[in-house]
Amino acid sequence: MNIKAINLNLSYGSDDILHDINLEINAPKIYGLLGRNGVGKTSLLSLIGSFREPTSGQILINGEEPFENARLMQETTFMYDKDYTGETDPPSRILKDINRYRPHFDLEYGMELLSKFKLEGKKSIAKLSKGKQSAFNVVIGLASRSPITIFDEVYLGMDSPARDIFYKELLKDQQMHPRIIILSTHLVSEMDYLFDEVIILKEGRILLKEPYDEIVSRGVTVTGSKQAVDEFIEGKEILNEEQLGDTRSVTIYGNLSDAEQVRAMEIGLHVGPVSLNDLFIQLTKGEE
Amino acid sequence: MKSVFNTDKPIYIQVRERIEDQIINKQLSEDDQAPSTNQLVNYYKINHATVSKGINQLVEEGILYKKRGIGMFVAEGARKKLLNKRRESFIEDHIVTLVHEANKLEISIEEIMTYIYEVKRSEKQ
Repeated sequence: MNIKAINLNLSYGSDDILHDINLEINAPKIYGLLGRNGVGKTSLLSLIGSFREPTSGQILINGEEPFENARLMQETTFMYDKDYTGETDPPSRILKDINRYRPHFDLEYGMELLSKFKLEGKKSIAKLSKGKQSAFNVVIGLASRSPITIFDEVYLGMDSPARDIFYKELLKDQQMHPRIIILSTHLVSEMDYLFDEVIILKEGRILLKEPYDEIVSRGVTVTGSKQAVDEFIEGKEILNEEQLGDTRSVTIYGNLSDAEQVRAMEIGLHVGPVSLNDLFIQLTKGEE
Repeated sequence: MKSVFNTDKPIYIQVRERIEDQIINKQLSEDDQAPSTNQLVNYYKINHATVSKGINQLVEEGILYKKRGIGMFVAEGARKKLLNKRRESFIEDHIVTLVHEANKLEISIEEIMTYIYEVKRSEKQ
């Protein structure tokens, strides 16, 4: 599968949400979509999921526009925080119905997941707690095995043991049935180990799209005495500074060369890794 | 699980050191199957790329070897190689830090030696 956005713009009335997005997603991997609240994550995902049309520019899936394209829509599953009010069927009944119109759906796996998330009961989905409804959305997303699977913050209502089951299943099923999975989330430090690639949106634009290890190797923290740190970081791009007494800790953006690593050690500086969450916070700072 | 790793070194190095330790401690013997990347990802909750980087280094250095479609195994002579490597870095990793710390606390070399003998003696008992 291939997802391509070309000079994509989206506005709601006079409200510009996405600006000039150019993006290509090819490989069957797990993508983490990160961004501050209101930055356009759901809007971008709903364009890929063919829930809406762009204001200008194009979104293409395998070279075709997905909007109202029945054939392509079958290949995509977009799970979001769905409102089940008025729904009278229990989860197992709904899965059986879904099985009829989703070509890649694995009903057996779906049922197995229902039991893992304790959703086998006869109660209608509308009467289940928010967390159980979220877990049900996760079940549909996983069992659909769609070549393009999007989870838009569906795990928010789930408790941490349930989220843990989801992460394990996601990794396991992805290994056996590789597909493009896009996860948008605010739980960055909890979920970062799932991402093969990370896409960060800032102010309606793509700030970066890179493999996880490249992004995190991009930042380092340097800690030591104020004077030594200040001298060492001169001319480097500084993301964050913190100081406690005479000890200064600075997060810099960019790799350190081997020579610099050695020099840092020699002058008694401590060089440590930066978490994706820290980088995310620093890179999207100042946007309100 | 992330908390088992510290920020002193890159995580992938700590991952490989944990596997090395298991080999040195004989928890993993030669030709035993090493934990798979996926098991490590699930256990430590760290990224696949990070785990792979650590594992690949062990493969490159001949500590682990791959059996296609089955997994990773401990190579012959792995423990010996690791012992040699760790011994080489023992001075740099432990003695230098020990002396630095002792200097800071104004502990003399003679005192350090007595402490070492004391610890050794209590170990035997």
